[in-house]
Amino acid sequence: MNDTATPASVAETGRPAVRTPANYKSATKPIWCPGCGDYSVLSSITKAFSMLALAPEEVVVVSGIGCSSRIPAYTSCYGFHGVHGRALAAGTGVKLARPELTVLVAGGDGDGYSIGGNHFLHACRRNVDLTYVVMDNHVYGMTKGQPSPTTEPDWDSKLAPGGTGVRAFHPLVIALASGANFVARAFSGDPNGTADILAQAIRHPGFSFVEILSPCVTFRPEQRTWKENVHPAPVAETDDPARAARRVMTDDGFNMGVLYAGRRKPYPLGRRADPVGVAELEAEFAA
Amino acid sequence: MSAEREKAQAGAAVAEDRTGAVPQSIPALMAWALWLELDAAERYRELADAMEMHNNREVGALFRKMETIEGKHAESIMHSMEWTSPPPRPRGEAPWPGFEAPENVAHEDVHYLMQPWHALTLALKGEERAVRFFTALANESTVPAVQAAAREMAAEEQEHVDLVRAWLARVPPPDERWRDDPDPPRYLD
Repeated sequence: MNDTATPASVAETGRPAVRTPANYKSATKPIWCPGCGDYSVLSSITKAFSMLALAPEEVVVVSGIGCSSRIPAYTSCYGFHGVHGRALAAGTGVKLARPELTVLVAGGDGDGYSIGGNHFLHACRRNVDLTYVVMDNHVYGMTKGQPSPTTEPDWDSKLAPGGTGVRAFHPLVIALASGANFVARAFSGDPNGTADILAQAIRHPGFSFVEILSPCVTFRPEQRTWKENVHPAPVAETDDPARAARRVMTDDGFNMGVLYAGRRKPYPLGRRADPVGVAELEAEFAA
Repeated sequence: MSAEREKAQAGAAVAEDRTGAVPQSIPALMAWALWLELDAAERYRELADAMEMHNNREVGALFRKMETIEGKHAESIMHSMEWTSPPPRPRGEAPWPGFEAPENVAHEDVHYLMQPWHALTLALKGEERAVRFFTALANESTVPAVQAAAREMAAEEQEHVDLVRAWLARVPPPDERWRDDPDPPRYLD
């Protein structure tokens, strides 16, 4: 990790935590459906920032499109509500240009795994020091309930009668195989536990991926039972990719916790070439 | 509080109302008690915001009132402990079972068309959980000062239970069509 990239925690610096989670919330109120898990995810993100005593002006929250991608507007940090599926590209650019900032990229399963699926693979592979949070509700909520890449193949709905019949995408397996340096799963119904995991993810060098199961009570009301299904991962975190692979391949989809915390060297930051001005570019083309 | 009611409460508080280590000192107990109230206040604030945003103003106002009540309870804990700012959330396993503090109303339990009766019923359950939690804590503790403080907290939560019950008695129950929305977000047929 670039030492200047992620501000140290309170424990490391001895600085008092002067900011409460509320300091990281903006005056803009969320318009998510009442009951949506994303409210708790917002709360967890602000708690994690508070735990790490990050200055709001040193944090950038970047998103794509979808219900969960509205999240930058609800924080008091810098924000970028980007193009569908391109949140990781924008977030990577921010981090490369301003390595001293903490970059948190957020979005949903449709934005991240379908429209932005290719960016997801390559962001894992590049291992730039940022944190990617996917609020996974197994459905496209904003566009009224189409199946997403993580939807179960037999989920029957008016928009997909009988289900899609297509095997669901396994984000943790893909992240690990593609080189993500930190892989975890959390549950929106456990906001304090999720905040702890997010704080670990932000502090961990390289690309950290946190999937947060976040029920959509409008289009997937049956997800209210997720609270009974989730459980702590029965094994401790590992830095061994082979063990982690076995773990996530046999995963039931409801294991909570840090499943992999690797030691890959992050993409080197602060290594850009000397800036080139517009006039110099024009001169090159004029020649 | 009558001895009979106290006994009934103690009887109602069972193992499922508690988990983890019993706080061994007053500051440790009160730090958890404070965070229980802060979490509840934050949750009611989130729910009030959501309801106001969805134009369910009556329920929004009710959740806002509950936020104020929990906030005042947190303030009184801070005052009694002479804390000028909340101490950090204690590390380790929380002394209550489940993911959230006993008073919290779960996000997934609300509905955009819910009525005050539903909101108060949820609030009542939360307050009752808090009574059982503090009672169980008092029963398990071996430190007399912690026992006494936990019983005091249970008694305060019981006052909230009584308040919400009185409130609930003045609110009409919803009819069976309360969920009907002429323009629902999701069409089932």
